[in-house]
Amino acid sequence: MQQYQISTNPRRLRRFHGGIHLPDEKELSTGQPVAEAPLPRLLTIPLQQHIGAPAKPLVQVGAWVLKGQRIAEPQGYVSAPIHASSSGTVIAIEERPVPHPSGLSATCIVIKTNGLDEWARLPKPLDNYADLDPSIVRERIRWAGIVGLGGAAFPTSVKLNPGSNQPVRTLIVNGAECEPYITCDDMLMRERAGRIVQGVSIVLHLLGARECLIGIEDNKPQAIEAIRLAVAQSDIKESTQVCPIPTLYPSGGEKQLLRVLTGEEVPTNGIPAQIGILCQNVGSVAAVAEAVMEGRPLISRYVTLSGRGIAQPQNLEARIGTPIGELIRAAGGITGDVRKLVLGGPMMGFTLDSEQVPVTKATNCVLALSTEEAPDPAPALPCIRCGKCAEVCPANLLPQQMYWYARSKDLDKVQDYNLFDCIECGCCAQVCPSHIPLVQYYRYAKTESWAREQEKRDAEHARARHEAREARLERMEQERKAKLRKKKEALAKKPAAAKVGAPRDAKAAEDPKKALIEAARKRAAAKKAALSKEGVTPKNTNTLTPAQQRQIDAAEARRQPAEPTATAKED
Amino acid sequence: MSGVIVSSPYGERPNRVDRLMLQVVLALIPGTAAMVWYFGWGVLINMVLASIFAIGAEAAVLKLRRRPIMPTLRDLSALVTALLLALAVPPTLPWWLTLMGILFAIIVAKQLFGGLGYNPFNPAMAGYVFLLISYPLAMTSWLPPSILADHSLGFMDSLRLILTGAPPEGLSWDAITMATPLDEMRTQLDQNRMIEEIRTSPLWGDFGGRGWEWIGNWFLLGGLFLLWRRVISWHIPVSMLLGLLVIAGLFWAIDPQAHPFPAFHMFSGGAILCAFFIATDPVTACTTRKGQLIFGALIGVLIFVIRTWGGYPDAVAFSVLLMNIAAPTIDQYTQPRVFGHGKDSG
Repeated sequence: MQQYQISTNPRRLRRFHGGIHLPDEKELSTGQPVAEAPLPRLLTIPLQQHIGAPAKPLVQVGAWVLKGQRIAEPQGYVSAPIHASSSGTVIAIEERPVPHPSGLSATCIVIKTNGLDEWARLPKPLDNYADLDPSIVRERIRWAGIVGLGGAAFPTSVKLNPGSNQPVRTLIVNGAECEPYITCDDMLMRERAGRIVQGVSIVLHLLGARECLIGIEDNKPQAIEAIRLAVAQSDIKESTQVCPIPTLYPSGGEKQLLRVLTGEEVPTNGIPAQIGILCQNVGSVAAVAEAVMEGRPLISRYVTLSGRGIAQPQNLEARIGTPIGELIRAAGGITGDVRKLVLGGPMMGFTLDSEQVPVTKATNCVLALSTEEAPDPAPALPCIRCGKCAEVCPANLLPQQMYWYARSKDLDKVQDYNLFDCIECGCCAQVCPSHIPLVQYYRYAKTESWAREQEKRDAEHARARHEAREARLERMEQERKAKLRKKKEALAKKPAAAKVGAPRDAKAAEDPKKALIEAARKRAAAKKAALSKEGVTPKNTNTLTPAQQRQIDAAEARRQPAEPTATAKED
Repeated sequence: MSGVIVSSPYGERPNRVDRLMLQVVLALIPGTAAMVWYFGWGVLINMVLASIFAIGAEAAVLKLRRRPIMPTLRDLSALVTALLLALAVPPTLPWWLTLMGILFAIIVAKQLFGGLGYNPFNPAMAGYVFLLISYPLAMTSWLPPSILADHSLGFMDSLRLILTGAPPEGLSWDAITMATPLDEMRTQLDQNRMIEEIRTSPLWGDFGGRGWEWIGNWFLLGGLFLLWRRVISWHIPVSMLLGLLVIAGLFWAIDPQAHPFPAFHMFSGGAILCAFFIATDPVTACTTRKGQLIFGALIGVLIFVIRTWGGYPDAVAFSVLLMNIAAPTIDQYTQPRVFGHGKDSG
């Protein structure tokens, strides 16, 4: 096999700040080849499995759908379509629990499978992608509903279109898989290295990039070997380099891997494309190859089932929409005492309340952790500012200071300490001797900051509207005054001209109404004078309707008997 | 499945505050043994008394504050404070002075500010300075190291001295006490003697006072253990000792007859203990790496300045407290460059 190796990593690797070594626990789930998970009776497919706008259903309840059929279309540019992952009947389009830390529900298309697993007609493979316009290939990737399978689930077709002002020279393929337990990328690289390399070739063509670096942590020798072999046998062996990198969590973070492989830093708030680099997860690249070379949409993915609470830890190829509980059953079910059911890895995942939540495009791992593996943390002690967190922070932040200000809800100060550069990798919390759930504080501070930003924007909006209204009223007032002034001026000119003729008559003729009003006023004044002579001033009760008078009488009547009691009390 | 909602990460956390503190206690053993060797049982008796007082005081305040007592006592921070204070005071100090110092350290300097993690000043040093200012005579009456002593005190002698203040029968107080080398050096220099002349006394060893200089070495050993165990980082000890050596070296180079050899400063008084055990208290020190270098170096410089021109023979406690005040400001201006932020910013 040695002769296939193109080179043994001549690249000079760099370091990122911090990082921690963790027991990797990977060998738990790499013992057996990846099997296909059994077809579940019900598939619950969320409309939002990606960053961006949720997809819009194309089918109605009762519709008959085939495997691979598009059942929801993207809304807007940053969005992705959804396909049925098996054939059957749509029995509901409604809110169902979805994998989300909040445990909230979201709209899902529920398909009752018919067991036939009958394919829809798929588009033609684009074998000649090298001769095709990149936009056609990109359209195919968009059609296939491919999103970043590393966890972020950003629509791949959007990412692969950085725009002509940001030419990409280097493609980085992320096979680092640095989080403990998770092995789905490892198994994919071992078993489908060819597909991955094919995907790399397609993406390189799409981007017009010069080189590709495939970064894999050196605790996955079999995957490294498999990918090296596949690259050596491919047409991209000149431009592609397989780079084993030191195992150090979180080297699989996009910015961290990029730093390790190229020595460059993605600017804060920026994306790698700004510095001519683009990252893709190995899973996404393989999905690209399947969409382009087979016309197959993204309807299944590798999912790791691991932890000491799973009877037979392993990887399964699961259809999108399969309930997590079905996967666990396929892996032999739960065994022993399970303390936590976690979606994702132990460092960045979140606990699940229900086994009913479905596998989505972003689901990479399901962990059933025993008490020993995931003990309930002891109550947090005060921070002693030991700085171990700052030592391990891959973003080179000062977690102890951010914690201090997040705790006192001083959001401005937390942001001064660059809260939004935090990637929530969990290193700081992992090494904290006081066992403070640091990441939770940062998540809180981020959410609060967003909410406050939104409020600020709303307030700004309201202020702008208010000011516009004030300005409008002011303008209208000015216009009115101007008009009035003009009228007055015009009037002033006219009488000056008319006075010479018949002044009195003209005025009377001009306003007969005024004369009437004047007469009425005189009558009223006379009446008032007469009344005041008699010592009577007009009251507002003078002109009452009979009904009002009755009410007043009733009230008076009620008041009479009440008075003696009140006096009695006073005595 | 548990009902407790916990945020990731979920694995076991390897570090614990009490383990860190316990390692500090262990690291004090060699230095303590050396102190006991040279100054007798008084050192140990003080440590035991101080520990009992400290734990009692902490428990009492926690009860008043209606805070859980056991989890806080178990973090061992009160113990560390007590041990450091006991090592800093003279081995003959009357028990009630130790008590006063501990009460000030634990109640005023620590718990009144909110307890561990919230105290701006190093509690042990605050307690020490409180005693030094209030009872300067008692705080500067040291025993001579055993190799120089005419009369060494046994365990019962030390105990009686501490508990009753009575020197052993037939001996006067003056007969058993002796100025520290730092004190001696100051007094002699103040009388305009030359270093060469001063050092002819048998009191002196290779660098500092005889006996004294060895204690520094043993504390250094403990400090290296802490570095190896990564309980502390090298930044503060190294910068503090360098700061002290550089400024002492500078003045020594200018006038070697008026300023002792730099190593004298390093191996006298509490310099080594301070560098590894006191200045490195994470709560009251700087928390940024760059800040720690500045913090340490300035403590070193201040130690020299106060020892040379100040009113007290040793200066560790004052220097540490002064720099404690400056720590938050230093932290503010020494933030590291965050990943992805321009190379030249911050």
